[in-house]
Amino acid sequence: MSARPKIRIRGLVKQFGGKRVLDGIDLDVPEATSMVVIGGSGSGKSVLVKCILGIIEPDSGSIEIDGRDVLRLEPQEQEAVRGEIGMLFQNGALFDSLPVWENVAFGLLARHSVSRDQARARAAEILSEVGLAASVGELYPAELSGGMQKRVGLARAIAAKPAMLFFDEPTTGLDPIMGAVIDGLITQCVKGLGSTAIAITHDMASARRIGDQAAMLYKGRIVWQGEAKHLMESGNALVDQFTHGRREGPIQMELRR
Amino acid sequence: MTDLLAPVALTGRGFLFALSIAGSIAIFGAQGISHIFRPPFYARLFVRSFVEFAYFSLPVVAMTAVFSGMVIALQSYAGFAKYGATSAIANIVVISVVRELAPVLAGLMVAGRVGAAMAAELGTMRVTDQIDALTTLSTNPMKYLVAPRLLAGTLALPLLVLVADTLGVMGGWIVGTAKLGFNSHVYLQNTFDFLQTMDVVVSVVKAGVFGFLVALMGCYHGYNSRGGAVGVGAATTNAVVSASILILAFDYVLTELFFAR
Repeated sequence: MSARPKIRIRGLVKQFGGKRVLDGIDLDVPEATSMVVIGGSGSGKSVLVKCILGIIEPDSGSIEIDGRDVLRLEPQEQEAVRGEIGMLFQNGALFDSLPVWENVAFGLLARHSVSRDQARARAAEILSEVGLAASVGELYPAELSGGMQKRVGLARAIAAKPAMLFFDEPTTGLDPIMGAVIDGLITQCVKGLGSTAIAITHDMASARRIGDQAAMLYKGRIVWQGEAKHLMESGNALVDQFTHGRREGPIQMELRR
Repeated sequence: MTDLLAPVALTGRGFLFALSIAGSIAIFGAQGISHIFRPPFYARLFVRSFVEFAYFSLPVVAMTAVFSGMVIALQSYAGFAKYGATSAIANIVVISVVRELAPVLAGLMVAGRVGAAMAAELGTMRVTDQIDALTTLSTNPMKYLVAPRLLAGTLALPLLVLVADTLGVMGGWIVGTAKLGFNSHVYLQNTFDFLQTMDVVVSVVKAGVFGFLVALMGCYHGYNSRGGAVGVGAATTNAVVSASILILAFDYVLTELFFAR
């Protein structure tokens, strides 16, 4: 493990209206490590990832990637950093108007000026890496099952061999077997590429399968960080209640805000 | 005193809100225009939007133009016959159609057809994270989604309106010759004698502006939609309503600019 983390977040704050969704996040993700961020619905997990991706601008704090604060980079430099990132969205976020192969090769076509024929051939290779036949490339996203859409989303995320991968609820909406298959593919892709990964999830089985490290987000702060294999016996009351799904404990369900 | 001022405060808040929306649309439009001139250019997306605007809107715009020309001929005959001025009907038809009806009605039809579809498509992309996905794939959504549509709208509607001008005049000619007993040659001669180059130029300029407005409203409302299916529905409605109002408002402004003495 290198001394400097690949991703280093300090004092990250984001407020929407009167609600402080991120309240001073500090998080380090070492290079080639898979970090799982867990937390309840509305705890700010997606906002955290969107801040790192540059989709949402935080109010204050810093996000360093390879030692450079991406929030203070010029737009073209930010664009270059984004070129090193792949993202699997919760619902796949596949482009409806494009066939599967063009979805998978979208980043290649956008970044690397490859020809459409080359991109099509590369898309077929990547689809096979996630267990899909090349013929699937000719279908449109609406013709795919949820599991297949996740695989295509994963194929699109890894197509440009990114140095960083982000996964937003990768197993949500899938049956347990398909969830395990997706987790297996994620692990295989992350390890195969040597990428640094951040996954956000509610699914504890998934968290333990894909994470090397884990962190819990609660009320806009990281309240625990440790090895993912210790998630179920962390010794932290908040984490224990969440991971075991107990109704009683320090986390009280907010029925209305 | 507070109660008395409440309507004033409400009016003030409404005015400030309207100003903030206008500013937001102006910034959005300026960003969209700036991306038209900066690479990379997405020619395939431009062509797709252009075909959607021009080719697939042609039937509805053509029918609207023909029937409008026919109605103008009938109505003006009914009015002008009382004063023995029926010879002016060809002039009335060509001026009404070319200066006003063709660009305005084509704009409204395209707002209902293409503007609504545009808002629904971009709105769905927004609420399903597809626009965020573009950002993560090193693609600027404004450049990829908005700029080609703005350019397509601005260039396609003038072509449609030239067709509508022709068909609108033809509608008047059909009624004039088949029902009202005008000599075909005389009717057409009157039409071409009265039509000025400036009329056609203004028709095309109006069409370009209206096409831009339709695309801008479709993109703006779709791009900024929130809240799932309800939000997409609201974006679609807002796109059509705001484009229609802007078309009528800008029609007055452009008419004042070109024809007011």
